[in-house]
Amino acid sequence: MTFRPRDPARHPPALAPAYKTSVTRSPRLPLLSLDPGPTERTGPVFRPDDLGQMDADLLSNYGEAAPIGERILIHGRVLDGNGRPVPHTLVEVWQANASGRYRHVRDGYVGALDPDFGGCGRCLTGEDGTYAFRTVKPGAYPWRNTRNDWRPAHIHFSVFGTAFLQRLVTQCYFEGDPLIARCPIAQSIGDPVAVDALVANLDMGQTRPFDMIAYRFDIVLRGRRATWFET
Amino acid sequence: MTELPETPSQTAGPFVHIGLTPGAARTGLLDLGTAIAAEGVPGTRIRIAGTILDGTGTPLRDALVEAWHADAQGRYPPDAADGFRGWGRAACDPESGEWVFDTIKPGAVGDQAPHVALWIVARGINQGLHTRLYFEDEDNSSDPVLNLIEQPVRRDSLIARRTDEAYRLTIRLQGDGETVFFDP
Ligand SMILES: [Fe+3]
Repeated sequence: MTFRPRDPARHPPALAPAYKTSVTRSPRLPLLSLDPGPTERTGPVFRPDDLGQMDADLLSNYGEAAPIGERILIHGRVLDGNGRPVPHTLVEVWQANASGRYRHVRDGYVGALDPDFGGCGRCLTGEDGTYAFRTVKPGAYPWRNTRNDWRPAHIHFSVFGTAFLQRLVTQCYFEGDPLIARCPIAQSIGDPVAVDALVANLDMGQTRPFDMIAYRFDIVLRGRRATWFET
Repeated sequence: MTELPETPSQTAGPFVHIGLTPGAARTGLLDLGTAIAAEGVPGTRIRIAGTILDGTGTPLRDALVEAWHADAQGRYPPDAADGFRGWGRAACDPESGEWVFDTIKPGAVGDQAPHVALWIVARGINQGLHTRLYFEDEDNSSDPVLNLIEQPVRRDSLIARRTDEAYRLTIRLQGDGETVFFDP
């Protein structure tokens, strides 16, 4: 059992000069290709009791009252590259509040902090690879790159899979946001089809009437390559 | 068989602590990955520590590092010793940039010398970086992964030096002594 190699065309290059911070933080020598061994083919295992009861509910896992903002359900499935669900894997999210402000000592944006929003959530996927978070739609925010760059609304995602080589950190954007096309971070991915894979789509089927608008974001981790010895 | 393309990677950004070290960032949840090996797990207790330098030689103070390694017998969970999780997560110190893991020394994994897989994300890093830490007081001469590195001088970038309190490794993202990063 082995894994298909990562397709560099699907990912942003380490050096993406329009995203200025990547200039000093990108390796310049080629990555060394490695046949995955036991270290790369195994990965940490998480259990339900590693998590708290409210961890997946960003509407209530921080403050006393409901946070300000557009209430959303962000949900989807974690699949591997062979289309199979990845069950019991850890999905973690973090995000700005509805004003575009992070609860972080180093975020100095003028957007208001919300006393009822922490901006962190996590869950394990179900047997069928599904995950879901209740949260508010994050606001766009400015950042220091050129003098006038604004991040599209986004939720940061971290996913494990079953093998350490599947480890992925990414960001999910929202359908229809005009800032995606102007974002040096999103556009560091050269292939527009790949950028589109990071866009969560409005999902009226899962919308909770009089409660929350649903968005769907599926995540695909690296897949295994079938060998002659596998049936 | 269906082949689905992988979801693209994006930088973890400057505020990764909110989500991945929420205890330290006080965003309401407890930290995961604080105990790689519970008390009582067989093995020599060690500390591994270091810094990550950018192309100007400045330590990254906003990076997040994850460690994954085998138990003292070279086994990974779920086949490892009871209480051994094998996985740890550490934020770099916001002042010094130092990362630290307290764990047990891993054993050899098959024909590979004892090692710790490290994975680094941060603002400005578009794809999480995979590297390894080896121990200077082990025999690394026949390790097949180190021997894949064409230039012997570059193998040193993965070998942690033993000091009184820790095995220490400086990770250099680019420039002189650039660390070897893997595409596993
Ligand atoms: Fe962000």
